[in-house]
Amino acid sequence: MSSVPFKDKLETFELNLGPQHPATHGVLRVVLTMDGEYIYDAEPVIGYIHRMHEKMGENRTWAQFLPNLGRLDYLSALSYNLGYVQLVEKMMHIEVPERAEYIRVITTEINRIASHLVWLGAFVMDLGGFTPLLYAFDDREEILDLLEAVTGSRLTYCYFRFGGCYNDVDDDFLQGCLKFCKRFYNRIDMYHKLVTGNIIFRQRMEGIGPIDADMCRRYGATGAQLRGAGVNYDVRKNEPYSVYPEMDFDIPVYTECDSMARYMVRMDEMVQSLRIIEQAVAKIPEGPVKAAKVPKMIKPAPGDYYHAVEAGRGTFAIRAVSDGKNKAYRMKLRSPTYSNISLFREASRGMLLSDALAMMGSLDLVIPDIDR
Amino acid sequence: MAGYFKNIIDGTMSLISGMIITNKVCWQKDITLQYPHQTIKMTPRYRGHIQLVKDPETGTHSCISCGMCQKGCPSGCITVKGEKREGVKGKVLVQYDLDFTTCSLCGQCVENCRPGAIEFSLEYNLASPRKEDYHFDLLKRVEEQK
Repeated sequence: MSSVPFKDKLETFELNLGPQHPATHGVLRVVLTMDGEYIYDAEPVIGYIHRMHEKMGENRTWAQFLPNLGRLDYLSALSYNLGYVQLVEKMMHIEVPERAEYIRVITTEINRIASHLVWLGAFVMDLGGFTPLLYAFDDREEILDLLEAVTGSRLTYCYFRFGGCYNDVDDDFLQGCLKFCKRFYNRIDMYHKLVTGNIIFRQRMEGIGPIDADMCRRYGATGAQLRGAGVNYDVRKNEPYSVYPEMDFDIPVYTECDSMARYMVRMDEMVQSLRIIEQAVAKIPEGPVKAAKVPKMIKPAPGDYYHAVEAGRGTFAIRAVSDGKNKAYRMKLRSPTYSNISLFREASRGMLLSDALAMMGSLDLVIPDIDR
Repeated sequence: MAGYFKNIIDGTMSLISGMIITNKVCWQKDITLQYPHQTIKMTPRYRGHIQLVKDPETGTHSCISCGMCQKGCPSGCITVKGEKREGVKGKVLVQYDLDFTTCSLCGQCVENCRPGAIEFSLEYNLASPRKEDYHFDLLKRVEEQK
């Protein structure tokens, strides 16, 4: 870790990082106060694409809010879909058929891999390596083709429904998943050879960007940040939902607290997701994919409801307050990336600018998820 | 000192093994398509904008103008109008407009439709600089359909 004794405040200058994005669909601006090459202070300026998703949740019926969930974290949209439908199922006491639960797990996990692949490509590109992005997108394309055939869309999925799924999956999809798993085990080895072993990459990752468990606790950071800081916390294990308790998988934990640890957590998570997919495909039962009795008008009993799921970037939770009407009285969306960016100011203090950017890449930020 | 040289050798080896992988991929088959000269077939479940289904038996749509699609739509992008006509049972559809600028392709309308009168089209070449191109008159569309 680099640290320097700071000079007088007069010696510093301000530098605007962003707001920039190739497609400007998610822009983050960080106002940096620099002391030469070192960061004196970094203030993330968020809210450029605030779309009032929480307010929309309070002005639409429960079913009408469903498509919004895929637009928060567009890279792991299915986890967000899952969190919301499970919340409503919890409120309305809807029993979900087992086949639907397995389909949910398979699609969510394969979506998680796709999400991590985008992170991998973008992250290595942030560090100046362009080639892995192309390989990662090649793999991701396979996943998108699989999911498109089932859900009908490639990015902002709206596939799960209260009490099940929009439609059933066919054998082609399940076999395609297995084929992808087989291919991806080899690809993971290739990534490790190409990226993880690379000396330049290692030198820029190891020991850089420390985020410890205490900092995660103070800012509420979850996901790879927390697991890279040695805390074994994953909602899939700690507050199990769906059919995850029936799956045999591990939670990768690294104790180094640096950018490399967070990188390794995500790489290992992809392998664990493959394991879950393989087991789920082997165990998937026949049967309906939609609950027989789903009330047409969703009017949950007055009360306070909460449900959390493990999304691609950490814990995604929804807290909804119902007053017995067909719309939510209050809808709070707890997005993981918002907490993860919050620690950037403290963590980046005293770092070299290039190191801070590498650390920011390891946080895996999705800006629409921050701004909501 | 030994560690210093070991680092240099290991580092060089890691770069070489990376180059070997890149070189291997160089000679693999292309995975990209030369769009628009080459295209892929859309999957049957692809969600394009909605359209009225043409019933081959009656030669027209089966919409009963109940307005359930309009009611369920989160973005309010569907306008359905039906009117009573003498000698005809139920309502007759006179207008079915889709404002595709606000549609988020969630499929609530298709799910809400009891007679199964609407479906997703497989069209995706819809880019246009004019807003009017995204206002579809679906009734006219189904009537013009052969």
